[in-house]
Parts: sequence; structure tokens; C-alpha cells
Amino acid sequence: MHFSVILRVTGILLSLFSLTMLLPMAVAWLYNETTISAFAVAFGITAGVGLLLSTLVRSGADLRSRDGFLITVLFYVGLGTFGALPLWLIDGAALSITDAIFESLSGLTTTGATVMTGLDDLPRSILFYRQFLQWLGGMGIIVLAVAILPMLGIGGMQLYRAESPGPVKDTKLTPRITETAKALWYIYLGMTVLCAICYSAAGMDAFDAICHSFSTVAIGGFSTHDASLGYFDSTGVEFVAMFFMIFAAINFGLHFAAISRRRPNYYTRDWEVRAMLGTLTLVSSLVCLILYRNPEITDHPFRDGIFQAVSIATTTGFTTANFSLWPSVAPVLLLLAAFAGGCAGSTAGGLKMVRVLLIYLQGLREVRRLIHPSGVFPVKLGNATVSDRVMGAVWGFFAAYVLIFLIMLCAIMLFSDVDFITAFSAVGACLNNLGPGLGDVALNYAGQTTTTKWILILAMLLGRLEIFTLLVLLTPAFWRR
Amino acid sequence: MKILILGAGQVGSTLAENLAQEAFDITIVDQNPARLAELRDRLDIQTVEGQASHPDVLRRAGADDTDMLIAVTNSDEVNMVACQVCYSLYRTPTKIARIRNAAFHGRDGFFSQDHMPIDVLINPEEAVTTRIKQLLEHPGALQVVDFADGAVQLVGMKAFYGGPLVGHELSFLREHMPQADTRVAAIYRRGTSIAPRGDTVVEPDDEVFFIAATKHINAVMSEFRKVERPYKRIVIAGGGNIGLSLARSIEDKFSVKVIEYSPERCQKIAERLDHAVVLHGDATDKDLMLEENIEHTDMFCALTNDDEVNIMSSLLAKQLGARQVMTLIGKPAYVDLVQGGEIDIAISPQQATTSSLLSHVRRGDVARAHTLRRGAAEAMEVIAHGDARVVGKAIGDIDLPNGVTIGAIVRGKEVLIAHDNVVVEPEDHVILFMVDKTRVRAVEKLFQVGFGFF
Repeated sequence: MHFSVILRVTGILLSLFSLTMLLPMAVAWLYNETTISAFAVAFGITAGVGLLLSTLVRSGADLRSRDGFLITVLFYVGLGTFGALPLWLIDGAALSITDAIFESLSGLTTTGATVMTGLDDLPRSILFYRQFLQWLGGMGIIVLAVAILPMLGIGGMQLYRAESPGPVKDTKLTPRITETAKALWYIYLGMTVLCAICYSAAGMDAFDAICHSFSTVAIGGFSTHDASLGYFDSTGVEFVAMFFMIFAAINFGLHFAAISRRRPNYYTRDWEVRAMLGTLTLVSSLVCLILYRNPEITDHPFRDGIFQAVSIATTTGFTTANFSLWPSVAPVLLLLAAFAGGCAGSTAGGLKMVRVLLIYLQGLREVRRLIHPSGVFPVKLGNATVSDRVMGAVWGFFAAYVLIFLIMLCAIMLFSDVDFITAFSAVGACLNNLGPGLGDVALNYAGQTTTTKWILILAMLLGRLEIFTLLVLLTPAFWRR
Repeated sequence: MKILILGAGQVGSTLAENLAQEAFDITIVDQNPARLAELRDRLDIQTVEGQASHPDVLRRAGADDTDMLIAVTNSDEVNMVACQVCYSLYRTPTKIARIRNAAFHGRDGFFSQDHMPIDVLINPEEAVTTRIKQLLEHPGALQVVDFADGAVQLVGMKAFYGGPLVGHELSFLREHMPQADTRVAAIYRRGTSIAPRGDTVVEPDDEVFFIAATKHINAVMSEFRKVERPYKRIVIAGGGNIGLSLARSIEDKFSVKVIEYSPERCQKIAERLDHAVVLHGDATDKDLMLEENIEHTDMFCALTNDDEVNIMSSLLAKQLGARQVMTLIGKPAYVDLVQGGEIDIAISPQQATTSSLLSHVRRGDVARAHTLRRGAAEAMEVIAHGDARVVGKAIGDIDLPNGVTIGAIVRGKEVLIAHDNVVVEPEDHVILFMVDKTRVRAVEKLFQVGFGFF
């Protein structure tokens, strides 16, 4: 462990991050808002600490891959904390330190759970800042998931890379990580620009279009309105949102391969994408059916059903209707679909589709083994065989996910007086980086106790860092030299 | 004709044996002196010891005045380099090579004079696989071979009680099935051939060879025996190259199980197969067979590389209730021993390979040739050019040697079953059946473009 060099890297990251506060400052200046001072102070503090760390600590040591765990966690915790500064400093918003950190981490992890209400009346610079945090978070996640976590030996992407069939198989996308990150950044940026243009063509004003494009491609779910996308009440907007949510929930490595080689059929050949589209279709049809049979709920069951299914199942969390009030199994079904989430290596949260797919295939294999006791059945994804080592990792991840979910569920019910549905959906929504839950947290998390919020902050972090990155820090063996 | 064979493995030695009997000058090259000595003692051939791809070895083997090179060593790469060397240094006219690895196949223009100069690629595993596949598609057939790109097929089968034609004269066939034209090319009764004529009565247990357009094959077959249900459930014993490639090519159409002994190989083939079930176990394990419902299996194919295991497992499968069994047998001596007994079909890999090479060593314009009945009989598709002796004659007037039948003529896309009044035109593909290989020379003469016409 090289603490000095780790601190130094964190310092550099912080100073870079401080620059991003200049953008909301510009927005505040543009709209002539008083929040400009808060952003200026936050910028000053973040930049100061960052520069202090990066210049004071001098070290020539090289980073080892084990240091990566600590850096990744510090990166999220550090940015989450310093990113909370503007929200905490602004008078109008009046957020406690817990709320500010909750909001900022919810943004950076692209969860989209909010404690803020009355969004429509807030200064535009703050709204912009929240959306911008999600966008940054989304970009961080992709680089993290596609480039950094595999180096640490964790995560869906490594599994994806090693075991998936076809184009992405043996590629580190480009020979160098910086190049990979750059390529991914271009795709991400291009997608955002395209999304913003589509939104504005669908009728949003420029500010809303840009802000919503940020949270759409990041699969975040923050909105500039309390009513979320329901505010616009436009089929066009919902259609654009759905398209980009699905697009952003696809592995960015696959995007890279498909775009750089101009082969759109890579998408249809990919089993994870197929599984995701299949799940989306299934869930939407079920939800539509339920809505159709209860005509008193909504006037347009298919529009609402499909949009809500896509938004929740990709773990985005935009809403056009309060789905927590929908009848029968619909809300639970949506929440469960969010557990499967999007593809590995995308901005979506959840268990990741490829893991769910592998667990399903493994189940199928056990059945076939019972029928043919002497049979040899490898788990295959397309044409490629998944090694037992990877299957073990997937099961380990699944077990840890479930266990952590249960522990947090119990903890929330122990420390604060909430009903089971609320606790269940709150932990689920945060661990899956989804956002809105059911019951008391259907709209926002403002009513929850401080303890609950801290547990949920931990849930968001764990979900985003694929659990083991954070969990490994909690083991004594990690700290032993 | 001088033929140079590289590699004295199974395929190489069988080829040498077959061709040496037919008055070709054979030289065979191999690195193993013991194997060469054994061949030299048995056959009238020349042998050269050494690495088959080296120019000096090839020169010693007489590559500079060889008419045909057949490279069948174990290694694809050695075969390719040998062909390249012979082409570049010795200008050998015809180069045939065995290329096993599928990665080399299907690359357009790769095997051409400008790049890798190989004229004919052979792949024994593929040849065997195709042969088995055709048998699976025609339940009840002992042998199925293609002519004219699959438009015409020659089928060998056993006549059984219950077939409408059994016990009747052959001419009854035309009355009974006017829509499906066919020609019976040969009938073998108790191992000897009898010339099929209109008044020949088909007896049960006769081995009948007939030629018909591919779409009529199943209808004609049903004349000689009760209609067989199509095969559905196939068990393949042995997951070697042949077993795997067969399983891969049929797993979409049939329900396939593959039994393989080595756990590593099991893993490997399981990875390459999509629907087929791979079972780890011994091909002769009775309990495993029972567990996997051998009694409901339509066809049990024993395709391991061990003749004895193949025979024993086939016998066991048959005893346990498999509907039909097929056995891959390398040793020629075993083939005659088992076929026609408990084992329904015996397949010889060497025969399949030799078959695929035959058309290239025949004189005259032979589009395709197949060996039948363990190499004793032969069927050929010959192109009749302008001034050959057969052209312009009605089939009934052609003076065919004994034991040779013309089965069909393919003119463009049209299939004409050979009745006596059909006249052979130039560029017709004539499909002939010879009960005995010794008739080949006489047939070649019929189709030779004679000097006298100039």
C-alpha cells in the first residue's frame, strides 16, 4: 500500500473535479442567479484541497493493482463529499450535510434517488449541477467498468471480455487504457449530444433538453421537474428517452466494436443484449396487460406501461406516472426487473444482465445433468464456453448481493420505523442504482431518517462499485502489508 | 501414369494398395522406414524415406516426372508446402492434398496456382461424414452416392419381405410406379452378381443397386422393403474428428447423443456442439446405454478409432434394442466379416477417401467415381465428348462389357434414366455401374476420344 501516492492521485482527481464546478457557475452567471457564490466557494475548497494533496505529497512510487481498490473507493467517496459542497452551501436549498451527500452520491452513482423537492422552483444552476453530476458519474462508471475494474479482476466487464462470444471477446478495446477511455468518452459524448438534439426536436427547451440528455445516457434518472418526464406529457419525449435508455444500457465495449467496425449486427448477435431486450419485452407486456385490465388507472395503458417498464428495468428511474400505486404485481415486477438491470459495461445498475443470464443457464445445466447423469454440459454463452472459475465468481457476486441486500433491509427496519415495502424498495432502488422506490420512497427520500439515508448511501456505493471493490477494503487481509 | 503419394498412414497405404492393383506406378514417401518396408514387401511400389516437404526428398522420389502428387501426411502444413514445392520446382501437373483443418477451407482463391497451388482438396473425415449423413437421410440404405451434383443418386440396399416388388419381376416396377423412373444397376444374390433384366425376379435378401433422380429415391426404396420410419434419435459412440463433425452437421435435424471416453475431449466437444448431448463414458458400457434409452435409438453409429470397440459396442447396442447400427471399420478384413450380420452397415473410412480420389486417376473425362461393395465394384460419372465411341448410339446398341450397366444420363439439368432407346449425345454425363473393377479399362476405351477420327 502506498498511501502517499494514493493521496496524490486522489488530489489530482479532486483538482480536476473542481474544474467541473465552473460549468454550473457559468449557468448561474447566464441566468443571473445568486448561487454563483456557493459554487465559487465550493470550487475554491475543492481545488484547494486537491492542489494541497497533489503538491504536498511527493512520491515516486508506482501504483500497484491492489491500490486500485482504494483509489476507486476514494474516488467515489471523495467526489461524493466534495460534490456535496455546493448543495450544502446554497441557502435556498437548505440541505443538511447528510442530504447534500446523499444527493451528490445519488448523482455520481447514477442512482437518481433524490431528497430534494420543489425542483421546478429551484435555481437553474443547481438543477444543472445535479444533472451534470449524473453525467460525470456515468462517464466515470464506464471508464471504471470497462477499463479499471477489469484490471482489479472484478466485475462484469472482465467476465464479459473473457467469456462473451464474437467481436468483443479478446479485445482490450485498444492497446492502451488511456486510448480506451478516450474512445469510450467520445461514444458517450456523441450519445449525449445526439440525445439532447432529439429531446429538443421532441419539444423540450434547450436547458431541459441538455439536462435530461445528461441523466438519460447516464441511466441516472434525475429530472429538472418534480413530475420527472411526466411534466412534458409528450409521446415524442418519452420515445426519445426510451430509445436512449435502452441504448445506454448496452455494453459500451460492444458500442465501440459495433461503431468502429460499422457492424450493426454485433448488437443482435450479442446474447446479453438479446436477453435484455427479451426481458424488457416480457416485463412491458405484463405491465401493459395489468394496466389494460384496470382501465381506471390510466388513460393510455400501453404508453405508460412500456415507458415505465423500460425506465425502471434499465435502472434509469424516470417516471411519467406514479407506478407505486399501480395494482397487483406491477410495481414489484418492475422493481425485480431492475435487479437484473442492464448490460455489464454500461451505465446501468443492478446485477447486470449477463450474470442473470449465466445463473439461468447454470440452472438449466443442473436440470440437464439430472436427466443425463453422465452428460457433459458446459455453460455456453453463444458459442463461447464460460469457465467454472467465472461461474464461481458470478455465484459469489450473487450471494454477496443478496446477503448485503438482506442485511441492509434489516438494518433500515431496525433503526427507523418504516414499513417493509418501503424498506425493501428503498434498499433495492439504491443497491440497483435505480432511484425511485415504492411506498414512502416512491417520489423522494426526503422523509427518511438520517440513519436510513446513510445506509442507503452505502447501498448506492456498493451497488455501483460492484460490491467487491468496497468489500475488499473491509477485510483485514487487504490492509496487511 | 506415375503417382507420388506422400505419407504412408492409413489413407496413404490404402490408396497405394488400391492404385497399385490398377497398373499405376506408385512411389510413396514417409519418415517411418518400418512402415515403408512393410508396404514394399506387400505391394509392387517404390518407397522413399524422408521428410515429405523437402525438395531433395521429393526429387529422389521422382517428383520431376510425376503426373500426380497426392499429399496425405498427418500435417496440413507439410501437405501444402509439398504441393508448393512440386509446383514451383518440378511443375507437377496435378496436385491433390489432404487439408483437414476447416480454417483453410472456404477461402476463395487461396488454393489457386498463384497462391497455394493445390488442385484438389480432400478431407477424409468430411468424406466419411457426408457418406454417413446420406445414409441417415435414407433409412434402410446400405450405401448412397451422389452424381451430377446430387441430381442423381445410386443407392445400394437389401430387399426384404414386405416390399411390394419382392417376389416379382423387375419389369413390374414400371407398372407399379409409373411416375418414378429408375434403373436397377445390379443385383447381388448371396455375394455374386446377377445381371438384372426385365424378367429377373427379386428375392428377399438380395442386395440391390439402383439409380434414380434424387427426389424419387425414397419412393423406389419403398418398393424393395417396408417403408422405414425416418430416423430421429441418433447415438454416436466416439467423439473423435468424425464423430464430432457428424454430430455438428446433423444436430439440427436429429436428436443426437455423443458418447466419448476421455473427459477432456468430452469437455471440448461439448463446447463445440449446440444441441447434441455429450455423455462421458465407455462406448461399450451397457449401463450407460440403458440409462440413455438405447432401445429407442433409431441409429447407433460406432465411430471410435478402434475397430474392435466399434464392433463390440455396435453388437451390444443392437442386442439392447437399437433399431439400426452402423460401424466404422478400418481393417478391410473385418468389413466382410461383419456386414450383413448383426451390424447393418459397415463404413470404411479408407474407401470413402479412395472414392473421392478415384475420379482424378481415371482416364477420360470422369466427373465422379465411387467405389462400392468394399472396393470390388465401382460407379462412374463420365462425360461423353464429341467423337467418343458411345456418342450418337442408342444405349441398347452400345457394346458394353459384361457386368457394366449404364444407369442414367444427365443432359444439362435433365435426368434421363437409361432405357435402351435413349441416344447418347455429346457432353452428356453418363452414369455407369461396374460390378467388377477390372472392367474399368474397357469402359475408359468406350469414352476415349480416338485418334482415328482426326
